[in-house]
Amino acid sequence: MAQSPFIIQEQQFQRIKIVLARLCVECAARVVFLVDRDGQTIAFHGDIGDMDTTSFSSLAAGNVAATSSMAKLIGEDVFPAVVHEGERESIFISVIGRSLLVVVFDERSTLGLVKLRTKRASFEVASILDEAVAESAAFSMSKNSIFAEITDEDIDSLFS
Amino acid sequence: MTFINYASREINCKIVYYGPGLCGKTTNLQYIYDSTAPQAKGKLISLATETDRTLFFDFMPLELGTVRGFKTRFHLYTVPGQVYYDASRKLILKGVDGVVFVADSQEERMDANIESLYNLEENLQTQGYDLSQIPYVLQLNKRDLPNVTPIEDLSSELVRKGEPVFEAVATNGTGVFDTLKAVAKQVLTELRKT
Repeated sequence: MAQSPFIIQEQQFQRIKIVLARLCVECAARVVFLVDRDGQTIAFHGDIGDMDTTSFSSLAAGNVAATSSMAKLIGEDVFPAVVHEGERESIFISVIGRSLLVVVFDERSTLGLVKLRTKRASFEVASILDEAVAESAAFSMSKNSIFAEITDEDIDSLFS
Repeated sequence: MTFINYASREINCKIVYYGPGLCGKTTNLQYIYDSTAPQAKGKLISLATETDRTLFFDFMPLELGTVRGFKTRFHLYTVPGQVYYDASRKLILKGVDGVVFVADSQEERMDANIESLYNLEENLQTQGYDLSQIPYVLQLNKRDLPNVTPIEDLSSELVRKGEPVFEAVATNGTGVFDTLKAVAKQVLTELRKT
């Protein structure tokens, strides 16, 4: 059976946005993403320019999935962080449970600063996500879900 | 795992195209990509070898419209079909909401289809899923080729649970959207039960 949906409520989303906005400023990052490990963007803050954020999140998740499997092959449980250093832009990915905090930064920042600031933000994000996961389970079991009201006509209309 | 964001009013679902090497998984995605309006799709990402064989996955996001005020976005993935990329296939199945099995109808590929389907069942189990419980569609591809196995024979070997079966020629789009619609419909119907 497919897993229960992961649901982010408005208030949790806003709290995540506040953490991301602060992290972005504190580590002088270009943009900060919170990505589900399945590759879906949960939230982001910063300058995305013309970046394709959907593809970016999917590739970040694929990247972490691949490196986590490599970790297991060499006897490590997981690589809690993944770093890609480019000539101008770099990426730091911190694994938080089933989510990823991804910081894109350039020469205005340093890897040390990004690591330091991301650690604190990780705890805050983890706590909000734990809350969202617990509420998702409760919400899924409630009969008040608006998704219970989806009709066959609603679904068919997507394909007409 | 379906991701629902109440703030941005979005539903995101993950659909994986599975099947043996060279059965037409990437061709399905390519056809969907080429036939979809630019505003409804993102980029088609292909992590492929120099000879255009899928190395890790292909990916494209597809927006279908709104249900009850929520934008529905489907993330379509393919897996690499070649036997030795099994580790990658397992990773891509994580968080899956629906699966399309693309079978190659050519007679000489029957064994490869059976092996790949067995591999799908096994890898789903590893991830905690049961093929009989998840949204699932079977596509019989390459029906335009001369040496194809009759539909009845393919069905008797490959149908697992009375799932919808579609004949397809992915190179010209025959059956491609019917397959996608069938799996997407099952995924959304599943959401209704949550």
